[in-house]
Amino acid sequence: MLEVQHLTKTYGEKRAVDDISFSVSRGEILGFLGPNGAGKSTTMNIITGYLSSTSGTVLVDGFDILADPIKAKSKIGYLPEHPPLYLDMTVAEYLDFMFDLKRVRVPKKAHISEICELVRISDVYGRLIKNLSKGYRQRVGVAQALLGNPDLLILDEPTVGLDPKQIIEIRTLIKELGERHTVILSSHILPEVQAVCERVIVINRGRLVADDTPDNLSHAMSTDHKLTVRIDGPEEKVLALLRGLPSMLEVHPLGQRERDGVYEYTIETENNTDVRREMFRRLADRSWPILSLRSSEMSLEDIFLSLTSDNASAAPLLSGSSDTADAVPEEPDASTGGDN
Amino acid sequence: MFAIFRRETRNYFSSPIAYIYIAVFYAFASFYFFATTLMSNSTSLSNVFSSLFTISLFLIPILTMRLLSEDRRYKTDQALITAPVSILGIVMGKYLAAVLIYLIGILITLVMAVIVALFATPDWAVIFGHFIGLFLLGAALIAIGTFISSLTENQVIAAVGGFAAGFALMLVDALTSVVSSPLGQSIIEGVSFYQRYQSFTVGVLDFADVIFYLSVCVLFVFFTVRVFEKRRWS
Repeated sequence: MLEVQHLTKTYGEKRAVDDISFSVSRGEILGFLGPNGAGKSTTMNIITGYLSSTSGTVLVDGFDILADPIKAKSKIGYLPEHPPLYLDMTVAEYLDFMFDLKRVRVPKKAHISEICELVRISDVYGRLIKNLSKGYRQRVGVAQALLGNPDLLILDEPTVGLDPKQIIEIRTLIKELGERHTVILSSHILPEVQAVCERVIVINRGRLVADDTPDNLSHAMSTDHKLTVRIDGPEEKVLALLRGLPSMLEVHPLGQRERDGVYEYTIETENNTDVRREMFRRLADRSWPILSLRSSEMSLEDIFLSLTSDNASAAPLLSGSSDTADAVPEEPDASTGGDN
Repeated sequence: MFAIFRRETRNYFSSPIAYIYIAVFYAFASFYFFATTLMSNSTSLSNVFSSLFTISLFLIPILTMRLLSEDRRYKTDQALITAPVSILGIVMGKYLAAVLIYLIGILITLVMAVIVALFATPDWAVIFGHFIGLFLLGAALIAIGTFISSLTENQVIAAVGGFAAGFALMLVDALTSVVSSPLGQSIIEGVSFYQRYQSFTVGVLDFADVIFYLSVCVLFVFFTVRVFEKRRWS
């Protein structure tokens, strides 16, 4: 559906987007993750033909966005970071205009009212856009992107500035849309991506640092040699016992939990060792029950932080292209991605 | 293109701009019609048309100032550029909407011609020559104004730039008396809007003048498209 190859965008010395390649197949919901100014918006603006890339190609359903812009653009519905709304028009006038602008070839009235039902803006249909709240404006923006049932929907931070209830509504809506459209969604809010997307691309400072499913990402980064365990037993003795376990590197007491005599500890063993069975046996011998045991698997939040705070450590995650990521020296962090 | 044209036209009338522009234009045109034609018992509209040159120079920036700058400021240009429309289509849609409002303004001169016709037989050929000249002048000025509007996202700057361009076009003719070299003089005469317009107001429909104004339109619409393109590539 979408093929992005070696996309680069430079503003003078700054590289807002640096050699990004990925592809999206039909029906996928792809999350685009990165801190502010990472180049998310710039990438989306290039894909939709608002900006031109310095080098690299974008193919939308086989049509090059530069060589065949009209055909490529007709496949895309785009909600930019700031919904492109004419404030002095009513919702009805605006959607009517966008319908004509996109040269949609379906019955107009039925199509527009169907979309209004879908994004729930029918009740503000006759009102001026400048009088609408942020949440409604955002939804009008989504409605505009949906006109003509484009194959590819690109939504740039669709939930930004909405209240929690509206966020849930928009997320549900995106999931519904994902059944019929290919969706690319950018966000710097991780739970959102985790909740909605089947695949996540993380970019930082214009570079692609990860491309995987949310589960695989957290698995790849997770560390099953790091455990948090809660044990009912005298702290000092348990601590000594844990330290005596084979291939143990570090034990940290976390303090008392629940009630008297229950303490929590984090333990770290050498890589590729599983200490859980041995630990259970030894604790059981002393009848100090384990009340809870969890591996400190990283949440997407932790992954995100570790990927975006340090480029070098993130490189191995990128299967296939880790060598190139290592070779490039660190960029000055000045990508102006989202602000143009 | 037609969607943009329709939206822009509607936008002119949903804001005060079109009404104020047309009202002011009618007021000035009627004043000159009264003062130079009716008061002097003449059937000639030449004086009206020659004063409308100056009026157009100063009123047209009001029509063009928000044409493209507003889209840039409110980011609505993202909707236009990412829609399956060519950039030329976007610019032409907006340009033609402004030309339409201008046309509504200058149609008053035909009403004047009809009023004159009630009393005597006017020289219709001369009047239509005038009208075409005024229309071409406006079309060229609107193209320049559209171009200036595409350069900035601030309407005030676009308007001031438009006034400055109009004023410069008036001053160009004053330069002929200052410049001594014949080559310099012929260049100034060549680019002078006023001299071209004068030949219309004496009733001469010179093909070269028509081509001159049309070239200005094409050139500045082309420049505007290039400004859009450049912004994408920068």
